[in-house]
Amino acid sequence: MNEIVRKDAVRPAFDIKDYLRLDLMPHFMCPGCGHGIALRALLWATHELGIEKNQLAVVSGIGCSGRVGAYIDANTYHTTHGRPLAFATGLKLARPDLKVIVITGDGDCLAIGGNHLIHACRRNLDITCLMLNNEVYGMTGGQVSPTTSVNRLTTTTPAGNCEPTFDACKLAEAAGASFVGREVTRQAPALKNLIRAAMEHDGFSFVEVMSDCTEIYGRKNDLGESPEMILSQKADMRPEAFGNVADQPFRPNRLVTGVLAKQERPEYGRTYRARAALERAKKGR
Amino acid sequence: MTKTLTPVAGNHACALAAIAAGCRFFAGYPITPSSEIAEFMSRELPRVDGVFIQMEDEIASIAAIIGASLGGSKTMTATSGPGFSLMQENLGYAAMTETPCVIINVMRGGPSTGMPTRPAQGDIMQARWGSHGDHPIIVVAPASVQEIHSETIRAFNLAEEFRTPVVVLYDEIVAHLMEMVELPAAGTIKQVDRKWADAAQANYLPYAETPDLVPPMSRPGDGHRVHVTGLTHTPDGFPTQKPDLADRALMRILDKIEKNRGKIEKIEAIETDDADILIVAIGIVARAARSAVASLRSEGIKVGLLRPVTLWPFPEAAVRAAANNARVVLVPEMNTGQLNREVERLVDAPAKVAGLHRVDGEPIAPGEIAARIREMIAQ
Repeated sequence: MNEIVRKDAVRPAFDIKDYLRLDLMPHFMCPGCGHGIALRALLWATHELGIEKNQLAVVSGIGCSGRVGAYIDANTYHTTHGRPLAFATGLKLARPDLKVIVITGDGDCLAIGGNHLIHACRRNLDITCLMLNNEVYGMTGGQVSPTTSVNRLTTTTPAGNCEPTFDACKLAEAAGASFVGREVTRQAPALKNLIRAAMEHDGFSFVEVMSDCTEIYGRKNDLGESPEMILSQKADMRPEAFGNVADQPFRPNRLVTGVLAKQERPEYGRTYRARAALERAKKGR
Repeated sequence: MTKTLTPVAGNHACALAAIAAGCRFFAGYPITPSSEIAEFMSRELPRVDGVFIQMEDEIASIAAIIGASLGGSKTMTATSGPGFSLMQENLGYAAMTETPCVIINVMRGGPSTGMPTRPAQGDIMQARWGSHGDHPIIVVAPASVQEIHSETIRAFNLAEEFRTPVVVLYDEIVAHLMEMVELPAAGTIKQVDRKWADAAQANYLPYAETPDLVPPMSRPGDGHRVHVTGLTHTPDGFPTQKPDLADRALMRILDKIEKNRGKIEKIEAIETDDADILIVAIGIVARAARSAVASLRSEGIKVGLLRPVTLWPFPEAAVRAAANNARVVLVPEMNTGQLNREVERLVDAPAKVAGLHRVDGEPIAPGEIAARIREMIAQ
């Protein structure tokens, strides 16, 4: 298993301030944005696993999700749009001693970066990929994304979105990801546990975090403010029990959360190095 | 002592040189006429405890080598025109984040898919200006297999010394040419390593304005916990949009190359001192030009050749001096006039610069250059 993960018996209580670049505060995320909950869950999981900040590398792309990484007091890489998994692949292969986390968004990961996602899933290099899904291009002002629910209004779907949405988890599983999970920001401890399990997994792990864009997407679609939107996540998960918390379910489909797929497959970096060692031994004969 | 010569093809010389220069990470995507480099690296890198990976495209390839370089490795990718086009955004990222890496572009006929197996020199301007925004870049243009070897090593050393991407630009002919090459003995090759920050240093600034304009790098794990971004950033690595700070940030990375021209520029000058007629050419065309110079000199024609080995930054002072001493300047190249325009820009009278162009996938022969010069004299 992963030698970076240090499981001490006693650890001080989690204080997010220990893991943030506090001099960068106030942060620039909108009020009500779910990304902060995802960030907290990641750092909480990092704390529980005892990962040293010096050994933590966070690679992100472009968009609201891309700006989350900078607040983490670790080795942080804000790369180009859609490419964080490709940068992370190079970094992890060159530095297997690092714990490499990718933070990406629905546009970054599934549109411009879709090719890198499926190949990262297939390769099974030990990287944890958190896809913060807010169903919209928030940074650029609210355009339609590959996960925007059908009929939703965005600045580029003025008559409502008529494109089908991607199910990122099904995509990741089909592409061979050895760990796939989904969680909502409403359930922060469950999200922390899922991210922790993903980070403990030896291989490529993909976690879809259902996160709300309240200021742009919520406003445009009259989904209420932050409290209404986060309550509607529950309605999305169990509409029969919580259907009354919002007039309209945030997403049309029942959300399935938790670990969705898990399989043991050889981790790519070690497999490559083992084969290289064999080659060197052959040459030495 | 007699030299030991080995027959080596251009692309193999490139891969051999990369490993000799300390390259331990290669990511690439198959493309004619550069694929032999990736094939060689896939076989040889594991033997020196390095890593080869074939990525899903060229965008991912350059992203991976930048990622590995940020991790501390010396890294390289190799491609040709279509792949080089795909790499441009991340090339700018490497320039902006000052991440050393080497990109081989084996030029083939373009534009678009063009003529994959035919030579060209159509990427001269793309190599300089292909990525958006003003950005620093170093480009070297070897003309022989021996020089592919030495210039690939120099490319790694320049990348490390100046924390910048370096492009090695040569054409399909030199890539596939088999020539006798003197391979330097192991241990005799000069290897430059980037300046590393002292792990114990407090208040380390990843983009400090050091006197030499090249700030030391920090490896992840060394304790500085640096932020790297393609956004315009201040010395601490974090983004800024303040006009004065943005100006200083960009000007430093441009000045880093501009003010170090003396360490970066490299030319070959053949019979230029008394040249009445000057030829400026690079790569395989410069070899044809060298042959033309020899035959024209035997006819008593005072012709010389100036060959930029470092193509970018363009050797402006050397070209200006030689061109202004000459009566006419001929710029033969396998495109419709990219180098030509750069030379015109530098001479006192642009009218005296003439071009000789081929874009049909055939090399320019020595006879064509000589014939054109005889024509120019007759005029």
